[in-house]
Amino acid sequence: MARKATATKAKTQPNVPQFTQEQELEAFREMLLIRRFEEKAGQMYGMGLIGGFCHLYIGQEAVVTGITMASEKGKDAQITGYRDHGHMLVMGLDPKGVMAELTGRQGGLSKGKGGSMHMFSNEHRFYGGNGIVGAQASLGTGLAFASKYTGDGSVSITYFGDGAANQGQVYESFNMAKLWNLPVVYIIENNKYAMGTSTERSSATTDFSMRGASFNIPGEQVDGMDVRMVYDAAQRAIEHARSGKGPYILEMLTYRYRGHSMSDPAKYRSKDEVTKYRQERDPIEQVRARLLEGGSITEEELKKIETDIRAVVTEAADFATNDPEPDASELWTDITIKA
Amino acid sequence: MPQILMPALSPTMEEGKLAKWVVKVGDQVKSGDVLAEIETDKATMEVESVDEGTVSEILVEEGTEGVKVNTPIAVVLAEGESASEAAAPVAETAPEPAEAPVAAAEKAAETAPAAAVPAAPKFEPQADPDLPEGVEMVEMTVRQALNEAMAEELRRDKDVFIMGEEVAEYQGAYKITQGLLQEFGKERVIDTPITEHGFAGLAVGAAFAGLKPVVEFMTWNFAMQAIDQIINSAAKQLYMSGGQVKAPMVFRGPNGAAARVGAQHSQDYSAWYSHVPGLTVIAPYSAADAKGLLKAAIRSPNPVVFLENEVLYGSTGLVPQVDDFVLPIGKARIARKGADVTVVSFSMGMRYATQATEKLVAAGVDVELIDLRTLRPLDSDTVIESVKKTGRLVTVEEGWPQGGIGAELAARVMEEAFDYLDAPVTRVTGKDVPMPYAANLEKLALPNVDEVIAAVNAVTYRS
Repeated sequence: MARKATATKAKTQPNVPQFTQEQELEAFREMLLIRRFEEKAGQMYGMGLIGGFCHLYIGQEAVVTGITMASEKGKDAQITGYRDHGHMLVMGLDPKGVMAELTGRQGGLSKGKGGSMHMFSNEHRFYGGNGIVGAQASLGTGLAFASKYTGDGSVSITYFGDGAANQGQVYESFNMAKLWNLPVVYIIENNKYAMGTSTERSSATTDFSMRGASFNIPGEQVDGMDVRMVYDAAQRAIEHARSGKGPYILEMLTYRYRGHSMSDPAKYRSKDEVTKYRQERDPIEQVRARLLEGGSITEEELKKIETDIRAVVTEAADFATNDPEPDASELWTDITIKA
Repeated sequence: MPQILMPALSPTMEEGKLAKWVVKVGDQVKSGDVLAEIETDKATMEVESVDEGTVSEILVEEGTEGVKVNTPIAVVLAEGESASEAAAPVAETAPEPAEAPVAAAEKAAETAPAAAVPAAPKFEPQADPDLPEGVEMVEMTVRQALNEAMAEELRRDKDVFIMGEEVAEYQGAYKITQGLLQEFGKERVIDTPITEHGFAGLAVGAAFAGLKPVVEFMTWNFAMQAIDQIINSAAKQLYMSGGQVKAPMVFRGPNGAAARVGAQHSQDYSAWYSHVPGLTVIAPYSAADAKGLLKAAIRSPNPVVFLENEVLYGSTGLVPQVDDFVLPIGKARIARKGADVTVVSFSMGMRYATQATEKLVAAGVDVELIDLRTLRPLDSDTVIESVKKTGRLVTVEEGWPQGGIGAELAARVMEEAFDYLDAPVTRVTGKDVPMPYAANLEKLALPNVDEVIAAVNAVTYRS
């Protein structure tokens, strides 16, 4: 059911959309790649190979996977905050390049000069990787502006979290996006905690899908742990934006299993809460169960996929461990372009 | 990797307590399972398994304090791995836990001599283009010059667009964009809501996607709302992306003190933006420079902060009528050649400096007057060469003294021409106070011609 651009809250489809086996397998692979990659990144952080901040995406895999499956790869632009590793992996960026950026090596996507929070790809239309909470909301709106200006038919998929949703520039962007009907889909990844502060303690209203109401931007709350629901909602939202109807908001109800960053022991929430999500709502286990339930995929076949993914991650980790640091001369490059 | 190593919770952690084992030898574990809990003075954290397998050995008992980061603490065997295979390296390294492969690599890195900092590449400014013989010079205001520059660049490149408050229908708060809406339409000359932070960020995003935005701030005072996007998003993008993502754009508008508008609407951001690598900062004085440099700024592949001055908008100058008048960014202009003292300024400061120079020359002081025009990259070569000749330097700016452009020039002259100095470098600046409203106080807060003359007299020992 397509929705009019009204201030009323749109409801998530009551019927769970069904995936083909091919889609289930694609989702399984992508999400598992993120999970294993992030676990490895966590381990390498613990070994001192990754410095600074390292924000893991574990638990939220269904969000970026379902949305990217619904987008046009290479055409639609994506931009997010600092929890960005998963976005790049799903968009097809080389895991070796991502991991080597985390370790600050010359083969990293930004030559080791960006780090965990700053990676980009013009080719895949991924615009970061932004370290300032909320800045990507305006930047992503600008990507949509460029789409409308050039008429290239692309949609800007702009992610931010429940924490960034309280930043002023988000609303400045909502206003302009609707005023000019820009093709942007705002994905609010509500993982319930802005660092250590729960949405209840930080937000006067916690239904973030309604945050566009005063600008007449339609919004939906989506089960962000079920990749099918994410995909389904994303298709609707992207179609809405691409057809010239302007911005759309999807609030993804999701959960991060790990702390805000590696140095966060996450003592602000109960162990039971984390365990409950992991055991009952895990996005990957949901797909695995459905695949096995169908009977056409065996445990062994899934095991094979896991082994393959583990090999990709191990290769990335090895590369990122052994690749040299950038040459000292890189200190002075890429500051400005010689005209 | 069968060994589980003691992890670091933060980049600064060196050791911690192995508080508790959650698994025991023989347990099956898979990715994400909690193996142990570790503690530091700051936090407690769980160690999760990354691999699947069986816990075959626990190497550090629970309750052990001071376990060094990267010490093997347990062995987890994956399916098909034998205990002997795994145990061998552990046995070898156990007495010297710091010799785990990663730690060893790090240790090697630590003991290796630190690489020398490579020298910064030197900026080589280009000279102004030669004008054709007998070129027609037309008198126009700075306002007209800026307007022509934008109109010409909008005609030349369809990726260029203008956005800002009141730039279209209203024809510009200071009429710099007059007529542009009529010629280029509302798709390219765009009125924004009053949301500097938002539209500056939007323009940076559009530049990432390949457009060439010209963002007009009604004044640079309001751009304080947007400074995060200018610095964190635009200026740093190329570097952070390893050269991949560009932000070719111009942020422009009136900067510096206006008249009688008080502290929040009267300040000079020259030094602020000139501090930031990745930005180009231009602050023209004359109409010709305003035109030639704004055209260059719009064509630049880099983010440019273009600082105009409201008081100068109505001042006139001669602008050469050539087809495409573009000036080089980063080149100072010697406004008057002289031998006794070097006076350096830019933008509105040039007005005080020029008037002072006229009086000083009349009094017999042979002033060399330099207009910086661009503040980053700063053409210090021109200044240094001049100081080597005159032995004296006076800088003039409207901004505050601490960390100002004059302070920077003083440092560079000290570093590169110390032995040539016959007098201390002297700064004429705005006073170190917020801009007062009262007419008399405002006048006192700003630099003036007499102060420039006094400074020149002091460094030439004429006072």
